Amino acid sequence: MSEIDPITLSVLAGRMEQIADEMDATLFRAAFNPIIAEAHDASHGLYHAVNGDTLVQGKSGLPIFVGVMSFAVKAVIEKAAADGDLEDGDIYIFNDAHIGGTHLSDMRLVRPYFRDGVLFCYLASVGHWHDMGGAVPGNYNPAATDVFQEAFVLPPVKLARAGKFNQDIIDIMLRNTRLPQSARGDLNGQLSALDLGVKRMDELLDEYGAETVSAALVALGHRAERLMRSELEALPNGRWEAEDFLDNDGIEDTPLSIKVALEIQGDQMTLDFTGSAPQCAGPVNIALPTTVATAYVAIKHIFQNLPANAGVMRPIDVIVPKGSILSAEFPAPTGGYTETILRMIDVIFSAFSKAAPDRVVAHAYGTINALSIAGKRKDGKPWVMFSFYGGGHGGSPEGDGLNHGNAPISTATIPPMEILEAAYPIMFRQWALRPESAGPGKHRGGMGAIYEIEVLEENGAEAFLFGERGRYAPQGIAEGEEAALNVFSYQQDDGWHKPPLASKVRGIRLKQGQAVRLETPGGGGYGPTSERAPLAVARDVASGLLSAVNADETYGTAWREAQS
Amino acid sequence: MNSKMIGVDVGGTFTDVFILDEANGTAEVAKVPTTRPDQSGGFLNGIQQRVSDLSQIAVVVHGTTAGTNALLERKGAKIGVICTQGLRDVLEMRRRDRPRTWGLRGNFDPVVARSQRLEVPERTLADGTIYTAVDLGAVKQAAEKLRDAGCLAIAILFANSYANPKNEIAALEVIREIWPNEHVSASHEILPEIREFERFSTTALNAYLQPEVSGYLGRLEKALKSGGFDGEFMVVQSNGGVMAVDTASKHPVRTALSGPAAGVIAAGYIASSAGFDNIITGDMGGTSFDVSLIANGQSMLSAQTSIDFGMVVRTPMIEITTIGAGGGSIAWVDKGGLLNIGPESAGSDPGPVAYGLGNDRPTVTDANVVLGRIDPDNPIGGKLERLDVEAAKRAIDTHVGEALGLDTLAAAEAILRVANSRMAGAIRLVSIERGFDPKRFAFMPFGGGGALHAGAMLDEVGIARAIVPRYPGVTSAMGCVIADMRQDFVQTLNSLVDHIDLKALKAFMQSHRDQGMALLDAARTQFEDRLVTFEFDMAYIGQTHTVSVPIEVAFDQNGYFVPPDHDTINAAFDAAYTQAFGRLLKNGVRRILNLRSAVTGKRPKFDLETLAPTNSDPVSPKATRPVHFAGQWEETAIYERLSLPIGTVIDGPVILEQPDTTVLIEPGLQGRVDRFGNTIIERIGDVK
Repeated sequence: MSEIDPITLSVLAGRMEQIADEMDATLFRAAFNPIIAEAHDASHGLYHAVNGDTLVQGKSGLPIFVGVMSFAVKAVIEKAAADGDLEDGDIYIFNDAHIGGTHLSDMRLVRPYFRDGVLFCYLASVGHWHDMGGAVPGNYNPAATDVFQEAFVLPPVKLARAGKFNQDIIDIMLRNTRLPQSARGDLNGQLSALDLGVKRMDELLDEYGAETVSAALVALGHRAERLMRSELEALPNGRWEAEDFLDNDGIEDTPLSIKVALEIQGDQMTLDFTGSAPQCAGPVNIALPTTVATAYVAIKHIFQNLPANAGVMRPIDVIVPKGSILSAEFPAPTGGYTETILRMIDVIFSAFSKAAPDRVVAHAYGTINALSIAGKRKDGKPWVMFSFYGGGHGGSPEGDGLNHGNAPISTATIPPMEILEAAYPIMFRQWALRPESAGPGKHRGGMGAIYEIEVLEENGAEAFLFGERGRYAPQGIAEGEEAALNVFSYQQDDGWHKPPLASKVRGIRLKQGQAVRLETPGGGGYGPTSERAPLAVARDVASGLLSAVNADETYGTAWREAQS
Repeated sequence: MNSKMIGVDVGGTFTDVFILDEANGTAEVAKVPTTRPDQSGGFLNGIQQRVSDLSQIAVVVHGTTAGTNALLERKGAKIGVICTQGLRDVLEMRRRDRPRTWGLRGNFDPVVARSQRLEVPERTLADGTIYTAVDLGAVKQAAEKLRDAGCLAIAILFANSYANPKNEIAALEVIREIWPNEHVSASHEILPEIREFERFSTTALNAYLQPEVSGYLGRLEKALKSGGFDGEFMVVQSNGGVMAVDTASKHPVRTALSGPAAGVIAAGYIASSAGFDNIITGDMGGTSFDVSLIANGQSMLSAQTSIDFGMVVRTPMIEITTIGAGGGSIAWVDKGGLLNIGPESAGSDPGPVAYGLGNDRPTVTDANVVLGRIDPDNPIGGKLERLDVEAAKRAIDTHVGEALGLDTLAAAEAILRVANSRMAGAIRLVSIERGFDPKRFAFMPFGGGGALHAGAMLDEVGIARAIVPRYPGVTSAMGCVIADMRQDFVQTLNSLVDHIDLKALKAFMQSHRDQGMALLDAARTQFEDRLVTFEFDMAYIGQTHTVSVPIEVAFDQNGYFVPPDHDTINAAFDAAYTQAFGRLLKNGVRRILNLRSAVTGKRPKFDLETLAPTNSDPVSPKATRPVHFAGQWEETAIYERLSLPIGTVIDGPVILEQPDTTVLIEPGLQGRVDRFGNTIIERIGDVK
């Protein structure tokens, strides 16, 4: 392979990133369900022809997919090798999370890209479909004890063979979802994105030649690796540990440990998750591909200028013992994978802060709080309001954490309250910041939120919640302090109640005029409270986000100085 | 007699004035330094340089960055908010986004402190039902509290007021009685559209700008009048249309992209006069490259923009895509050995290394200087005596050449190549990614730096030709004189097509039309024509992204609307949806989210030939200098651009200079002066 000049490399890097970005944009526009169209829960990229490694990925997709997509491609490469029938024009499709990572809602399409009859690379598309069957609409089943209770499982199969679609597979899939129209729309969008990727690759290779582009792909991998190694080399050598807990698995009320030992030696890093809880009954398990992808997400939050390229992971060893909650095996349920990977990111940040406290931020709120409220209207038509809710980000070396942010694994925005109120028979009594919810510190965490939702429908409704951080609060780092816990409560005839499993609950009955209330955690604090600027304390008190009593208790000297 | 039309564009560094004398068909331009913090000094100075008797002026149109700057620099007024109980933090919570995908750093302070956001009991539901009547005693108390705290403007932000503004209107009346000035606005007046954060943010930012912008425009108007001016004073909006100064004082948020919008309007007019209806404009400034696409003579409009993280303004605005690749963008090599341009920029102060004002990291302009493309002895703008070429070379060696193992010239060429490829990426983004083939478009650079990179855009994107306007440095000021008067209206309907109340729809359409016409009537400008257009934002039920569906409207014999019927709406949706997505959805249920109306008064256009060169004698080069192209120096002829007669054809390499712009025509390209004095750049082989 010829050496490529650095300037052509810069130009090609930009061109290929733009191809992946354009594939993202194509699906966002065409997708039918809002989880893709609005929340951008999707991703596209180019992957290595032989080993499936990530070569280039779009910037606008969901962060967690940046690491996980290559596993989908690897699965297809294995399947194709076993069957020995890979052809130009093939498209594989599957949602099996134990093979491809994340959860069953994510539908993966993988398409080999051929140039002059030779396999050049793979193009892949992943998107979160609205419903894939299973026991609970939308597939967040907090009580699932195996994947079959979560959704229909599709292993890697050929949706198209040499350009000819297999309608049988489409028929099987559409028969297994509650929302066939939405599924069909999303599938069309993903196919369009892959078509566009093929067209753009053709143009790029026409312009630069296959050899130059191949050389660029190799060089980009080396460059990514070199970048990662040079970052690691600048850090102290040593071994640092951190541990945090999930409240429970939704089945049995036992805390589950997520534990990491982070070791840096020269230009290499090891993340060893030995000692984390074993595989559990409920849906907070994750499959190994998800674990590796999550390590990548945490690392990219620490080193933001790393590219989305597998070269980054070459100097990094991720160790997960067999039978762990982080290497769960089929058919263990994985629907609530978001909660577990958020905790993984938290412990990686905590461990890393001991090596280089100026490189990381404190824990974010740490739960997606998947809340659904559902019922039947007067005319008998069912409705389901399903959304994720926000919380505070951690304090950073530069300043306070962001109030009401989105989860570190996602860039999704929240639907407007007015859109939800127009679509469902509910009313938000409150949509506000949650005072006193931030972890104190030199730079406090961001504030969590309070959402109080009243049912307006005469027939009442039922509420389901899949959340976390009800028992173990987001932690501070560099001597910063922890934030408030996640609190869920619901109204009944005799007043307000809290569920026994803290942030996980199924089928709470609500009457018209009754409400649920979600108070989300803030972010952890950064640095000791003794170093907080008096003006910052005064501002929080003036804004009503911190009471004078708590200001005095938490920030004593600074608060007294602010008043004088 | 008052026959002069004047456009004034106030930019960060210069205030540009474009003066058109309709009586004798002449036009002239002036460029003066922008005055800060009060821009009115430069504004008047610029006009007075060319027009001594202000009573000769019929119209002054202003493209302003006063609003944008006040937002970016957080220099608006102290304001208060009165909102629905339980919702005081909507402005601060945004749509639960974050500033950057990676890193989880950065936070956000809204323009109104939490202690100035007060809640009152009131609630309207999504269907317009009043769930809780507004507590007017509480409203009065809250307003008094905000007034006594020194707030200069107030915004009323109630949930679902787009569906029924009754509670907001009641609150408005109470507050107006006690509020000491005009600056009271309610969210349904500013943006009667569903989505509370976007509506609240737009309304609050409007209030935040009101005292500042209305004060500034008032000062300007007063100063103009005291100089004898008795014409119409207007302001360019982000949608590319102009509005009367009192409308601008009430809706200053509509000026957020005033200046850039005027530039795009002028570019469109210049191009279509020259025979090109499809163009992509590129405005290269110190820190950014702004790209906009005009197809079939129409600019693309976007529904909203973020001025900064969390500062969302939702009003129709000309779609301008910005990337961080300007003349001041810094070139650097990362730890993986890849050359990058920006996003960090030296801007215009300290500016490129060659300016000698303290920056020592190489910029795109430095590469242009080192390669001989910019004349170091006559820098543009006139602030500096000469440019320091040696310092630029040293910076390129130190930061780029050594890291990549390239000599100075190769490193400078590498910087330009990567910068050009990023600019080309922006052009692809606005064209290819939206289904437009750039080969059918012409590229029009304006602003100071773009014309140096025009040839590269032909190369990188496959664009057929570039058009460099005769006065690229004053395009925005010229756009002020050209722009039509335009008002946009929106109303959320949120109804299935089958359930839409046609009588209510007609009333909204009539009201939008009447309000728009009243504004045109009030203007003292002549209009050649008046246009009313309507479109719906529509989608299938379950879909969140809407498509714009233009609706043709008929009139009865009395001149009243005949509102569209259900079948017409359905057919129009099917046509628009097919165009956007290729295929319709079987059994899909169609829904209308919003009605959007626009009322436009077409202003008379001036003939661009009045700007054309008058000289008809052939011109010889004023000098030559070596310029570096593709690895070698070529002795390149330098022409005084403005003196080139119509019909001049020159093969590259050649450089055309004018006071505020340098046009580079590379080897293999040809430049031709058209009958307006524009320079058309094409590949030599392509020229017909």
